[in-house]
Amino acid sequence: MGGWTPAAVPPSAARGLRGRAGDLWSHRWLRFALRRAGRLLVSLWVLVTASFLMIHLVPGDPVRAALGPTAPAELVLARTRDLGLLDPLWRQYAGFLGNLLRGELGVSISTRLPVGETIAQRLPATAQLAVAAFLLSVLVAVPVGVVMAVITRRGKGRRTELAFTGTNVVLGAIPDFLVGVGLVYLLAVQTHLFPVAGRAGPDSYVLPVLALAIGPCAVLSRIVRVEMLAVMEADYIRTARAKRLTPWRVQLVHALPNAVTASLTLGGLLLSSLVAGTVLVENVFAWPGLGSTIVSSIVSKDYPLVQGTVLIYGVGVLLINTLVDVVLALLDPRSTIGES
Amino acid sequence: MRAARVLLRPVGFAGFGLLTVVLLVAVFGPVLWDGRATVIDTGDLLAGPSGEHWIGTDNLGRDLFFRVLVATRLSITLALAATAIGMVLGVVLGAAPMLTGRRVARFITSAVNVLVAFPGLLLVLFFAVVFGVGARGAALAVGLAGAPAFARLCHTLLSGVSERDYIAAARIAGVSKFRILVRHALPNIAEPLIVNATMAAGGVLLTFSGLSFLGLGVQAPSYDWGKLMQDGLNGIYVHPLAALGPGIAVVLAGLAFNLTGEAFAAAFGIDVIPGVARVRAVRGAAGESAGPAVAAPDPEPGTVLSVDGLRVTIPGARRPIHAVRGVTFAIRDGEAVGVVGESGSGKSVTALAVARLIEEPVRVDANHLVFAGEDLMAADDPASLRKRLGTSLVVVFQDPMTSFNPAHRVGPQLAEVGRFHQGLGRRAAFARAVDRLHAVKLREPERRARQYPFEFSGGMRQRAMIGMGLMGTPRLIIADEPTTALDVTVQRQVLALLGEVRGDTGAALLLISHDVSVVTEVCDRVLVMYAGLIVEELPARDLGTLARHPYTRALVAAVPDMETDLTRPLAVIPGTPVDPSDVPAGCAFAARCPLADDHCRAVEPPLQADAAGNRVACHKAGWPLPADSAEVTV
Ligand code: SF4
Repeated sequence: MGGWTPAAVPPSAARGLRGRAGDLWSHRWLRFALRRAGRLLVSLWVLVTASFLMIHLVPGDPVRAALGPTAPAELVLARTRDLGLLDPLWRQYAGFLGNLLRGELGVSISTRLPVGETIAQRLPATAQLAVAAFLLSVLVAVPVGVVMAVITRRGKGRRTELAFTGTNVVLGAIPDFLVGVGLVYLLAVQTHLFPVAGRAGPDSYVLPVLALAIGPCAVLSRIVRVEMLAVMEADYIRTARAKRLTPWRVQLVHALPNAVTASLTLGGLLLSSLVAGTVLVENVFAWPGLGSTIVSSIVSKDYPLVQGTVLIYGVGVLLINTLVDVVLALLDPRSTIGES
Repeated sequence: MRAARVLLRPVGFAGFGLLTVVLLVAVFGPVLWDGRATVIDTGDLLAGPSGEHWIGTDNLGRDLFFRVLVATRLSITLALAATAIGMVLGVVLGAAPMLTGRRVARFITSAVNVLVAFPGLLLVLFFAVVFGVGARGAALAVGLAGAPAFARLCHTLLSGVSERDYIAAARIAGVSKFRILVRHALPNIAEPLIVNATMAAGGVLLTFSGLSFLGLGVQAPSYDWGKLMQDGLNGIYVHPLAALGPGIAVVLAGLAFNLTGEAFAAAFGIDVIPGVARVRAVRGAAGESAGPAVAAPDPEPGTVLSVDGLRVTIPGARRPIHAVRGVTFAIRDGEAVGVVGESGSGKSVTALAVARLIEEPVRVDANHLVFAGEDLMAADDPASLRKRLGTSLVVVFQDPMTSFNPAHRVGPQLAEVGRFHQGLGRRAAFARAVDRLHAVKLREPERRARQYPFEFSGGMRQRAMIGMGLMGTPRLIIADEPTTALDVTVQRQVLALLGEVRGDTGAALLLISHDVSVVTEVCDRVLVMYAGLIVEELPARDLGTLARHPYTRALVAAVPDMETDLTRPLAVIPGTPVDPSDVPAGCAFAARCPLADDHCRAVEPPLQADAAGNRVACHKAGWPLPADSAEVTV
């Protein structure tokens, strides 16, 4: 029977596989892996093609726009030739794809530096910010959501519930860059607790990470609470209680995994928007990452640099989405693999 | 009207009021205050807040407070324009699959799906590159970036309504696809679309101010809130209000849209959080006493379960629902007792209450409830009690498909009992779980134990559920309709298994069922429940011959047997069961009883025991029924 892709099988599942059942298992996981990989590839292709077309969609002469109206015509022509914009479209596309495969992203119009180099230099700062904010929001949102669900279950703790949802709606409605501005005002200007801007010691991370994490954290904790409440009414929770397990074990071992599964589906989008959120927050804190790069390159019409950064952001988001799906599949094999 | 209801909620009122203010300022702001917002005061550059300039001035000495007010119009206009672009494009993309052929439809849907996966801001930046920096480019960018999400929403909503009868009818009548869409489908999804557009407008407003803040949106000399914030950020040390002022305006306006949208969504019934019952009448119900206080007699020796005066009260929106109204019975060691009744008679609630599986705010009271010498009504459940209950009181639930946790493998779910109540290690507990699965005759228990519940059939899950009970040494098995969800041959197997298990362990059985023939076959004694009370108790083998309560006799008559003429419709008990929130005075069965008279309707018949220990609650117990009354069909 079916093939076997070790990469797609979680170690815990692989242990139990034997004989016919093993075939069935691997079959399911194989189908899931193929389907998910297919979607990733299609999305990647859309992303790459879109970022290729971007420069062609710009009305007028992009190079002229980039170099300004005073630049001599020869210079514009030379740059246009450098960028390969004189070739037929299909050859440009092929060249673009070939370069990408070799890891080359072109050369910046304004700085004449290879785009890949700039990105490599800037990416770590952004990635650190995003990962830290992601971890922080999950680590705070899940316990808060669970505790709020337990406290406010079945109409208990009306006041607490009202306060929680109220705070949540407000926090969720304030965009991250505004949170950033507010934090700068409160914790840097007023109290001098943290540096206002820039990236230096560990304390310079506090404000940008907080600014990024607060919004997603509010939304995520609300989702976790609602899912917990729904899961706590499920039949299998009653079964767990009939086994006379401690309330803690019922909530954490039996309810939480199911609630997290459902929350992840909704929270996945939130987390990829967190990556995009770095753009604004970096600009508030003059953070030397990709976010400030993409904005300044859009303003200065440095198209190769824009192309490169858009690609990197897009790939980051796609990878996160894929990761979320795989985690989901591991947590709840039925929903993703079994019955589809 | 719905709109009126929206205003009655605090959220709706706040949101709508705020939105009105914002829109008024947007319309009249520039007319009223443009002069004060543009007047240059060179003597007062970059000033902090003062009596004259509430939030200070900018680098040309212009009053920032009025600039924020005047900026409302541009900010709101751009946000609404971008929302409109996104919505129109989204509806076109979302509706297109209904009009086009299958191929094109699938292409559009999957393209939308790919685009939706990218966060909005990234799409905005992409389009901002294409359309260039500036207000118009930014509006287009934000609008286009919002289109995929709207398309997805519109598509989902449309597929919801396209199943409806009137659309199917129009299709069969040959109405053109376009006409169906415009005349029948779109008007039906207008409400949720508009609600979502309102909320989206709030989001767009924030995104737009973000763009202007980055310098990609509105350019000087025009200004919106984002632009004002960008200008203010540099001076945040000196006077932070210059940056915070426009920020507060953005948040307030965003909230105005969001809250209004949310209030409308709530009014349309879109936002329902499960598991939260509207509990208001609880307090009143909680104060009730648990019937006449009879000194709890010590249960006879050899009794595994003794229940006296059990009542279950569910707080309702208007008045409490009395699901069980005072039930008294006992089960001896090894005995099998059946509880029959229609749904809503309180039999399942009784089972759950006895097992102490009913949670707040539903209230359980009893004069006493003793299982194997343990007082289950004692205030708390200490660890020791949990341990004993966990190994000696087994509950088998009705729906095996939903009673196993989908997130865990089956074996560990059984093993939990061993690990937490029997002091076994992880491995030993798992080995015992495998052994128990073997005991309930599951083939290949090793392999099965490592599978997830969704890989089991219904019958296998019910076996595994019984196996879970066998982890300990059960003294009582409470089975709540254990075979109802299974097909007939599997039902027999599961019942046979229950019988074997009882033979092996000597456990007593409390079997809840609506199926009289199952109970007659399996049980020694039968309790018949109606409207939250026991109306008759008698040996199971006498059910067909010695039943005296008219309800019991009607139940028995409704069971098809060898002599039933299958060409005639099956007998059903006429009338509908009592509404547990509104139990009439007198005998609850009177409305459906062929023997009922005024005395029945006025005085509740007490449950009385005869010499043999059988009990019945009826003023006319054992009277002959009028001919053909049990044969009435509905
Ligand atoms: S008490 Fe009266 S109404 Fe009730 S069951 Fe007996 S005869 Fe019928």
